[in-house]
Formats: sequence, C-alpha cells, structure tokens
Amino acid sequence: MTAVCLALLTALFGSLALAAEPSYPALSGRIVDGANLLAPDARQRIEAKLKAHEDKTSDQLVVATVPSLQDVTIEDFANGLFRFWKLGQAKTNNGALLLVAPSERKVRIEVGYGLEGALTDALSKVIITTAVAPKFKTGDFTGGIEAGVDAILTILAGDAEEWQRRASVRSDETSLVDIIAMVVMMALVLIIVAAFIREFGGTDASRRHRLRNGRWVTLPQSSGWSTGSGGGWSSGSGGGSDSSGGFSGGGGSSGGGGASGDW
Amino acid sequence: MSLSSVSNLRRPFAVAAMALLGLVLAGCGVNNVPTLEEKAKASWGEVQNQYQRRADLIPNLVETVKGFAAQEREVLTAVIEARAKASQVKVDASTITDPARFKEFQDAQNQLSGALGRLLVTVERYPELKSNQNFLALQSQLEGTENRVAVARRDYIQAVQAFNTEIRTFPGVIWARLFWGAKAMESFAATAGAERPPAVKF
Repeated sequence: MTAVCLALLTALFGSLALAAEPSYPALSGRIVDGANLLAPDARQRIEAKLKAHEDKTSDQLVVATVPSLQDVTIEDFANGLFRFWKLGQAKTNNGALLLVAPSERKVRIEVGYGLEGALTDALSKVIITTAVAPKFKTGDFTGGIEAGVDAILTILAGDAEEWQRRASVRSDETSLVDIIAMVVMMALVLIIVAAFIREFGGTDASRRHRLRNGRWVTLPQSSGWSTGSGGGWSSGSGGGSDSSGGFSGGGGSSGGGGASGDW
Repeated sequence: MSLSSVSNLRRPFAVAAMALLGLVLAGCGVNNVPTLEEKAKASWGEVQNQYQRRADLIPNLVETVKGFAAQEREVLTAVIEARAKASQVKVDASTITDPARFKEFQDAQNQLSGALGRLLVTVERYPELKSNQNFLALQSQLEGTENRVAVARRDYIQAVQAFNTEIRTFPGVIWARLFWGAKAMESFAATAGAERPPAVKF
C-alpha cells in the first residue's frame, strides 16, 4: 500500500518537474566552455583563481559559455542553469555564475541568494559594462572573461573576509547551543528506545541483562551521532570543497540576482 | 494469570499497529498537503518581498529622473500614483486563496510595471540622464529586481501548481478534505512578455 502510493506520487511529481526546460550542460569543472572561447593556458589560469578563492571562502564561482541559449532569455537560462548546478553551499547559497552566450551576444552574472549583498545588481552591471563587454566587442573573449572573473573575485574577497570574521564569532555561540540540542536529542532517543525495548522485550531475560550491562547506552548514542551530525554536515558543505577532479555544486540556489548585458 | 497474558500480548500489538498506521499514512502523503502548502506560502512571501523591493526603489528613481527631466510630469506622476495604489492593496496570507483580492494585487502590480516601462522608455530621450552614475545604478537595481520578481513569480506558480494538484488528486484529496481543509490557491497568469523586465539598451 505504502509503496504503491509512493510510486504514484513520484510518477505524478516527476512528470510535473519535467516541464519544458532547456537542456543544460553537465557541470564538468569550474569552467564549462561549451562554446570553446578559452585557450587552454588561459583556462587553467582562470580555473586556478576560481579554485583558490573557493578554498579560502567556500564561494563557488563558475564560468559557463554556451553555444546556444535554446530560445530562452539569458536571465531564464542563467537562473535555470544555476539551479541545475546548485552552485554555492546549501546553507549559505554563496554561488555565482558568469554565463557567456556568444551566438546571442549576451552575457550575465547570476548571483546566488547568499552573495546578493556583496555582489549587488549594480556592481554586476558595472562589471559587465566596464570590464567584460568592451573586451568582447573587440573579440577578446579570454580577456573579457578573465577581467570579469577578476572583478567578481575582488568584490567577493572584500566582503568574504568580513563575513568570515562574523561567522567565526557566531559559530562560537552556536556550538554551545548545538551541544545542548545534541544532548537533548540523545536523551529523547534513549528514552524512546528504552521504552520500546521494555515494551517488546519485557520478557526476554537475556536482553534485560544486556540493558543492565550498560551496552545499550553506547549503541544508540553512536548511531545518533553518525546520522544526526555526520549526515547533516556532509550535505551542508560537501561538493565543491573536493580538491581533485570531482567538482560539483554544493546545493545552493539563486533567486535571479545579478545583471545582464550585451555587446 | 490468563488475563494478564492476554494484555501482555495485546499491548505490543496495539503499539505496533499504531506505528504501522502512522507509517502508512505518512507514506500515502498525509503530510504532503501541509508541506506543499508551506512551500507555496513561502514562495508567495518571496513574491511580495520582491515587489516590495521594487516599490522601495521607485522614490529614488523618480527623484533622479526629476533632476534631469522634470518636464516629463505626466509619466512621473503615473509612476508615483501606480506605486501608491500598489502599496495600498492590503496583502496577507489569505490573499492567495481569495480570487478577487489576488486579482486586485496582480492588477495593481501590473499597472506599476506598465508605468515603470513607460518611464524607462521616456528616459531614452535624455542622454545626460542616461549617463548619470546614480541613475545607472538605480536602473541596474530596477532591472535586477524585475528579474527577481519574474523568478519569484515562476517559483510561486510551480509551488501552487504542485499544491493544487496534490489537493485535487488521489490520495491528497482525501487528506485535504479530511484533515486539513485546504483551499486551492490562486496563481499568476504566466503571460509572455508582461512580467519580463523592460528592455533597456545602453
């Protein structure tokens, strides 16, 4: 019964989610050069900058060039691609995307929720009109992309340091709350488990013996730790911090912040 | 003796039955209705938030344009009036289940979009204004906000579609009627072009 209901529901919502969307490229690295605009050496140089910034601040900045926008506006395409790749960490949404569509002569900086305060619409527009578009006009895509990335990273670096200071202050406060919450949670789990054992295993002499041994204390405690804090942590900050090969989005989202331009 | 053994047998059985019932209900989506409802409400909050953000930008924009193009009185007053009208529309959580009030909200915001669009077209005739730093910053903020409005509206439309589908189809319809008394929510008509940010060329 349960399985049937679940299958029906997933079929229903699966079909809803597949409403006509453009087909997005896979996130193969920090630079996804679908339109082949970057020379290999420039690509490596820019990628190193992006990685250095992410290692320092966990901000995920990704550069994408696409051969076609598939008949949607660059705003819609950039937002869809951003959400498809889930750039930025899940909790802080600190991702940004520089999207270049040479066939349509459009460029956009799409900013995740968490970076909107630093990389504002006005600043994004200034970057596009003063750093990126002039170089694109002369056909210098490498120079334009690099200038755009440099400008974005400068702005993000300025704010991120301040943010990091604030975050370290805040994490001291929350760690205490976390510990208290953890203890309360563990106590609750223990009470529930103990109640169940008493309910179902009341007549079982050997189980009761184990209870008095104290082994039941360690068993639920360790499982509580691994599912409660271990799982949450890896989904929160996993992904992008991976140093070799497997680069992926951290689960962030964007609400359409940033700016677009053309040349 | 026999009485106590029966109760011993029955108590675990009752607990197991309750647990199983809970699992079956949860598996069949008894929680989907409130979950989707909260998601749609959150999306609605984001729509309001972004429209508010746009309204907050307008006084500054009008002041800046006035400095260069005070003679465009008609267009400027149209924007100010549309903004005043849009902020007079009372909006709360119940707006989304009331077709008349939802339409009122949407009409007021559409009128403001139209007035803003005309203002930005008018501005094209003033090169000095177009190169003014303050105006450029405001203009990019306005463009960004219009885009955020479009994204927030799209998210809301999707959230409402999921919610309305859930409460009108089996088995969600049972839970909606039986437990939650959920009402269908209003959605934006996704008109092509109407909610796109006004195109501005430099």
